[in-house]
Amino acid sequence: MEQQGISTVVVQLLRLVTEKVRPPRALFVPFRHGYPLDSPNDPEKQRAVIAAALDLLANPDLKPPAIVDFISEDRAQRSDDR
Amino acid sequence: MGDLSEFPIKYRLYLKTYRWRRIDPVPWTPLKKPLKECRLAMISSAAIVSADQDPFDNFIRIGDTGIREIPRDVDITTLRETHRSNAFDHTGIRQDPNLAFPVDRLREMAEDGFVGSLNHRYFSIMGSVTAPDQLIQNTIPQVVPKLIDDQVDIALLIPV
Repeated sequence: MEQQGISTVVVQLLRLVTEKVRPPRALFVPFRHGYPLDSPNDPEKQRAVIAAALDLLANPDLKPPAIVDFISEDRAQRSDDR
Repeated sequence: MGDLSEFPIKYRLYLKTYRWRRIDPVPWTPLKKPLKECRLAMISSAAIVSADQDPFDNFIRIGDTGIREIPRDVDITTLRETHRSNAFDHTGIRQDPNLAFPVDRLREMAEDGFVGSLNHRYFSIMGSVTAPDQLIQNTIPQVVPKLIDDQVDIALLIPV
């Protein structure tokens, strides 16, 4: 797809695979398999993952292969509380 | 999560010793315009099918490498998940297919102007294919010309 002019981003569940395969842009998410967009019936959380993935496409500072960790607001909040 | 610890030992060994294809060189198309002007396509490997489509075939030894086209405006409640793998919990996606085939979320984000537009069709494939060359050489080459015809700018790829 990239070779045909389509910019791609992939959501990834396994760091091992991401690092070995090296897709152009990958958003690595800390969720178990079966739950790539976090939680069922939770539009806000699902949107947060999709938005983070799409933001990689618009980031001019990234270089291939770009692997970026997804940090949910929940996690950021818990981290701030510490 | 994000490592192999969630899997039973047989899957851990398989994934650890599997000969993953390494992309080299890594192809790269920089975005040529803002997201809010881009047309987005989605490809999910969650083996989602619509009501009028056959499920993915769970008896093909290497895995079903077929494609299902699903219209952008599909009603999420009519979608079925037919993935053959027993290595993950299917409960969430069966409750809410948006979890790996987010048609509702993408619709909302396009309405909000996060992306310019959504392609009129999405593509559904099944992961757990043990002969990925088939996917690389046969399946995806069927999808790409359609994306070009559809004048898609960006593609969101979602696993399960």
